[in-house]
Amino acid sequence: MTLLISVFAAIIATIVWYKNAPKDDWKVGTLALMYWGASLMWMCDAIFEYAELKEEFFQPAVADMINDSFLGLTVVALGLIIWLVVLLVKDPKGVLRAKFLAKKN
Amino acid sequence: MACFIIPATEAIVTTIAAKVLAKKEKDSAIHYDGSSEVVEKSRFSKKLGWLNNMLWGGSALLALEHVWHGEVVPWFPFLTNAADAADRAEMFHEMATVGVSMAALVTVTWAIMVLVSSRLEKRAAKMEEAAVPVSDKK
Repeated sequence: MTLLISVFAAIIATIVWYKNAPKDDWKVGTLALMYWGASLMWMCDAIFEYAELKEEFFQPAVADMINDSFLGLTVVALGLIIWLVVLLVKDPKGVLRAKFLAKKN
Repeated sequence: MACFIIPATEAIVTTIAAKVLAKKEKDSAIHYDGSSEVVEKSRFSKKLGWLNNMLWGGSALLALEHVWHGEVVPWFPFLTNAADAADRAEMFHEMATVGVSMAALVTVTWAIMVLVSSRLEKRAAKMEEAAVPVSDKK
């Protein structure tokens, strides 16, 4: 479930990035790459898990699925928080810079 | 267990490499401003940024998963499996197999992205060159 949720987050972020490309004022490209990186890593983890569990891998317990879903949503939220911090630090539209400079002046 | 440490370590190396490369490109841009070589190099430092984003993002989100499962704790030795010798061996084995595979998969994906984008750029440059009128070429 965590892998699925992160893959969907990566796809949505990529679509949003593509819609605005080549402009990337919102740094959505960074968010998409972060989610793709995590998705690839979880895919690798899933392959190793499948090699160990075989058919059991596709029959998870309901409690595990719910727990994994919460984890997936938490992962998406953390990704968004990291993206927001990157966006505010890099400030590509110069909003914060303009605000602070205006205050100083 | 601690598989995210391998991509995170790679991320540290690639971030340093990107910084050094960006600085070199800046220096060479002063000497060879306007040449196509500089444009190509600056593009590569940007492309290395894609790998950094994938590795840092992936490692951070995987680290959260490890905290969620109680494998990473805020006290020494920070990894629950690092306390016991048998668990430590298992953890190192997982890092050597799953961790290295994760880093390799992300790097291979990035290499494919770089190859595809380089080809697209070359094709676009050729098309642009072909579109320039003969009088302008002189």
